[in-house]
Amino acid sequence: MEGIIDLQIWQLVAAYIFVLILLVIVRIRKIDREQEIILATVRMTIQLVLVGYVLTYIFEQDNYLFTILVILVMEIFAVNNIYQRVKQRISLKLKKIIALSMFVGTIISMFYFLLIVIGLDPWYEPRYFIPISGMLVGNSMTGVSLGVERLITGIKDNREQIEATLMMGVTPKRATKEIVNEAFTAALLPTINSMMGMGIVFLPGMMTGQILSGVSPVTAIAYQIAIMLGILGSVSLTVILLVQLGYRTFFNQRAQLVIE
Amino acid sequence: MFTLKQVRYKDILQIESLKLPAKQVSCIVGPSGAGKSTLLKLLNNLNSADSGQVFYQGRDVEEIDPIQLRREVLMLSQKPVVYPETLQDNLEVGFELIEQSVPQLKQLSSILEIVKLDKELAAEVKNLSGGEKQRLSLARILLLDPEVLLLDEPSASLDQQTEQEVIENLVKYVKQEGKTLVMITHSKSIAQEYGDKVITIKNGKVAKEE
Repeated sequence: MEGIIDLQIWQLVAAYIFVLILLVIVRIRKIDREQEIILATVRMTIQLVLVGYVLTYIFEQDNYLFTILVILVMEIFAVNNIYQRVKQRISLKLKKIIALSMFVGTIISMFYFLLIVIGLDPWYEPRYFIPISGMLVGNSMTGVSLGVERLITGIKDNREQIEATLMMGVTPKRATKEIVNEAFTAALLPTINSMMGMGIVFLPGMMTGQILSGVSPVTAIAYQIAIMLGILGSVSLTVILLVQLGYRTFFNQRAQLVIE
Repeated sequence: MFTLKQVRYKDILQIESLKLPAKQVSCIVGPSGAGKSTLLKLLNNLNSADSGQVFYQGRDVEEIDPIQLRREVLMLSQKPVVYPETLQDNLEVGFELIEQSVPQLKQLSSILEIVKLDKELAAEVKNLSGGEKQRLSLARILLLDPEVLLLDEPSASLDQQTEQEVIENLVKYVKQEGKTLVMITHSKSIAQEYGDKVITIKNGKVAKEE
């Protein structure tokens, strides 16, 4: 079989039967979640339709400015998402570090991955650039969120011990080494775990998509392996930037612990 | 050794003038919450005064590299900090933290004698009592051989007899090595017996100097 079965409108409509089933279940069981389910379904539909049109438009334009614009929007969205996801209060200084780590870390990984590993030509080819960047930014966002949370709780919970260490003339860097390392590990763990289960526990979305659209599984796997390594690189780079620069925001120039 | 001039720190401390002599034992007494610990933290720049100046050997502490200052002017907090596994690990960790080579075992053992901790170096710290942990923390910083020791109630969780012995040994050691000791103590008798100078702090102010 070549290509993909094009979904007709009526086929798509038929898929909404699943939502109806769910609605019936929650109504019978008197679970008060109908509005949310409807809202989620509507939002998902509208957002994807819009993205579909936007992507179609961008793919047709062949203009690097559109690629840059999409990446920028993606980054801003991801950074804001981190600010909201992290439960603790984040100081302004740390917010700046988060934004810097995300931008620098993902953009370096993106360009290396797309230009060197994939060998993209022209460099801005949106059909590759946008979805692959999306995966790198999305995974880095999850990693950085976890890293920020661990860093803040680690320093706040160990405040006394850190101060006791500073009293001995230990540098802030050394005094927080274990906490920084722990935050880094915690942030990387989901990526490592998903690599462990890859192909056995689940088939990743990108690979499934490629297989469905008629690409041979071997090519799909090659892409999946490459993207997984790219994700690992991007998460590591963003998180190491975050923790290495981030711990400093808890100290002032006089090497005193300042928790805002 | 230290001179404080019109020092203010938040609502906690307000010191018009105070001198702490070199190579002597200064004891700081006063009710809890009076600002004693804060005073020590100003001396090694763990806190910076909001106004006024703190001088160490004639130099404003704000102008000395804080890490260098704290290696010369070592402070021990009231709550002991212990690290995993053995006594030896705990004594050596101080050197690892400041990236210096670890001294010989003989030296480690002799420090334990000064703080009256009669334990093997290989003993595990998880079995130590609160008072023993406190003495272990004290041993750790003595070993680092600073010029000045700032001790925040180093004998708070010891029984009276051990307290007496530890402080006596400590003062003897400090005098012998020509070090300066500034010590917060809850015990007036210890302050009277060992302090070359006794400073009473009340409500963030120097109430008495003897």
